[in-house]
Amino acid sequence: MAESAPSVFARLLIALDLFRRVLGDPRFAAEAARLRAVWPTPRVEAPSAGRPSLREPEPNAALQLLGLLQQDGRFIDFLEEEVAAYADSEVGAAARVVHEGCRKALRQHFTIAPVRPEPEGSRLTLAEGFDAAAVRLTGQVVGEPPFSGRLTHKGWRVTAVKLPKVAAGHDLAILVPAEVEL
Amino acid sequence: MSDARYAVGIDLGTTHCALSYVDLGRSSGDEVAQDLMRVPQLTGPGAVEELPLLPSFLYLPHPEEFAPGDLTLPWDSRPGMILGEMARSVGARTPIRLVSSAKSWLCHPGVDRRGAILPPGGPEDEVPRLSPFDASVRYLGHLRDAWNHLHPDADLAGQEVTVTVPASFDPAARELTAEAAQALGLDHLVLLEEPQAALYSWIHESAGEWRNQVRVGDIILVIDVGGGTTDLSLIAVTEREGSLELTRVAVGDHILLGGDNMDLALAHLVKGKLTGDGKTLDPWQVQALTHGCRQAKETLLADRSVKAVPVVVPSRGARLIGGSLRTELTREEVRRALVEGFFPEVPASARPAARSRAALTRLGLPYAQDPAVTRHLASFLGMQTGATEDLPGFSPGRTGSFLHPTAVLFNGGVFKANQLAERMHKVVNDWLASDGAPPARLLAGADLDLSVARGAAYYGYVRRGGGVRIRGGTARSYYVGVESAMPAVPGLEPPVHALCLAPFGMEEGTEAAIPPQEFGLVVGEPVRFRFFGSSVRRDDPVGVLIEDWSPDEIEELDEIQATLPAESRSPGEVIPVRLRAAVTEVGTLRLEAMPRMGSEHWKVELNVRKPTGD
Repeated sequence: MAESAPSVFARLLIALDLFRRVLGDPRFAAEAARLRAVWPTPRVEAPSAGRPSLREPEPNAALQLLGLLQQDGRFIDFLEEEVAAYADSEVGAAARVVHEGCRKALRQHFTIAPVRPEPEGSRLTLAEGFDAAAVRLTGQVVGEPPFSGRLTHKGWRVTAVKLPKVAAGHDLAILVPAEVEL
Repeated sequence: MSDARYAVGIDLGTTHCALSYVDLGRSSGDEVAQDLMRVPQLTGPGAVEELPLLPSFLYLPHPEEFAPGDLTLPWDSRPGMILGEMARSVGARTPIRLVSSAKSWLCHPGVDRRGAILPPGGPEDEVPRLSPFDASVRYLGHLRDAWNHLHPDADLAGQEVTVTVPASFDPAARELTAEAAQALGLDHLVLLEEPQAALYSWIHESAGEWRNQVRVGDIILVIDVGGGTTDLSLIAVTEREGSLELTRVAVGDHILLGGDNMDLALAHLVKGKLTGDGKTLDPWQVQALTHGCRQAKETLLADRSVKAVPVVVPSRGARLIGGSLRTELTREEVRRALVEGFFPEVPASARPAARSRAALTRLGLPYAQDPAVTRHLASFLGMQTGATEDLPGFSPGRTGSFLHPTAVLFNGGVFKANQLAERMHKVVNDWLASDGAPPARLLAGADLDLSVARGAAYYGYVRRGGGVRIRGGTARSYYVGVESAMPAVPGLEPPVHALCLAPFGMEEGTEAAIPPQEFGLVVGEPVRFRFFGSSVRRDDPVGVLIEDWSPDEIEELDEIQATLPAESRSPGEVIPVRLRAAVTEVGTLRLEAMPRMGSEHWKVELNVRKPTGD
């Protein structure tokens, strides 16, 4: 997608050429069919949309969160340790530290609410124009909205984020410093 | 006073500080626009968060300990010390650099409160030290800077500031607290006793409904058990010109006994169980254990269906699963250790185990020797039988062996554990029943952690005429020691008599009469006097000389000191002076020495620097 799109006239020539070659060459036709299947059909508003854009996530906030989970809940220690050698009761004891601490960190820095207020298992109807990012359809996904179905997961949505302010120059990649007792 | 936009209440607690404020322009009558300031503070290297409380911990870092810039605050790029949450967590690993419980040191009669003595016990030449007074200045300074950062258009110095102190604070500790605030430029300042602040908060929460919940003749007992201290007060409901009035009639002694003692007691119990299993704990793990026990305690004492709560001491190293210690705390253990240990069912005649004065001379905090809060309360109520005698609407001589409260208000984080509040309430009601008196009602409290700050801000508002005020004045009468004129007997100290300088219940902004007795002061030389206070002698007038008293009636306080400057006098000359007491508008006691001739007067220092080596 790096090169610029061809002009309308050039595209007409390409179309005529393709038409000829698809009819005349069965192998080319098979290849074209494959390309057609994987290439998404353009949306109606496609002509006005810019080029697709993917953002590089900003790593600092992620590093900060990892640091908080480690600081309050020993998150990295827990995941970096091999659990296979331990009995369930030992893993469970450590899990309490992780659960209590990570939960504290989570609740202190994020306000989290369910996406759907209904209890899981209840039936609900999605009207036309529902937010497809907030509700995922699964199973018999056919027909037109309104959709009716059963809530299998209520979803989670962050309604507020309150991360600590970071001093300029502070190295967030150090999730927890090494400790040396003198 | 008139141009303040906010009434600000500051709870300068032993373990936590909090700041609440009332927007005066948006408040009238029972409609009060009140908020809590979330305090920006370091929570880790390079991380600043706004938390509802500022832990009263101060850490003095080594210059190489943190990367440059990692201690930056929104208003200070290079603070020399760490306050709050991060100080507490870092200090748990390096206790020699941690200052904690500075407020208890501020009220410690045996130490120089302006002397650099904190942290105690650390290597003196390696770790910088602070005085208990400096520590108070730092905590208040952090709150002031935070306020000014968050309210750039309303400098804290221009607001009505109320700082709370324990009701049991001695005059010197009160004065040092006021001085700390004044050192930061907070001139519109008043002090308020913490149990009163808790009652103000309750009044405020009731939104006018309080007038229906109490009646004339009620005696409200405020039991405030915080992180480090137990503070007791009695507040009577009286009537003046047809409307209800509140009068604080008595306050308890300074008792260093609080939630921290309880958590520590549990931690030692659990530590005993772990060492019984052959496991050893280092001091850091004990600290972590204390934290775990606090959580477990609150769960077990709040929910009766829970029988046991696991307590896990995380490892110090990265091996979390392999290195952690696990045990559990049962409901029965917590009941035995806390409910029976700190709140035992004792008769009203019980008294706490006596504390020997010798214990005060050692360098360390004079923690209460008897952990039973109920015994301290029994002693307080037993001593205060006469507290309401002079009040209109209270029949004299109706009390039995102790003063009968008719209502109880709990305050302090300890009572978040319902069962402790229930036990305390039951004990008080059992005492009342044994005296044939009706049970005391419970005044449903507000937020146990924040009500002192809230009540203080609300007080700043009612002082401007917005609502009911608690009267009371000083909760003690004060005396100066006078050596009696008797022939010298070898080996026998001349007995000391107590001359009353300040009567009980002096209101803010008043002066006492001047007793006729004169003292000879040597010009240019500091002269010390012994100083006494009594929370039960309510009727002593100024100038009365008491020759005989029992130790639980009059208590000796720190010595006071007067120095006459040598200006216009020859050093060594002896000048006869009289002593006058006053209570300032701020709420501190002021003593002055006045010569017989002329209009000069000099301040008598309540807080005297101890001679070195003491």
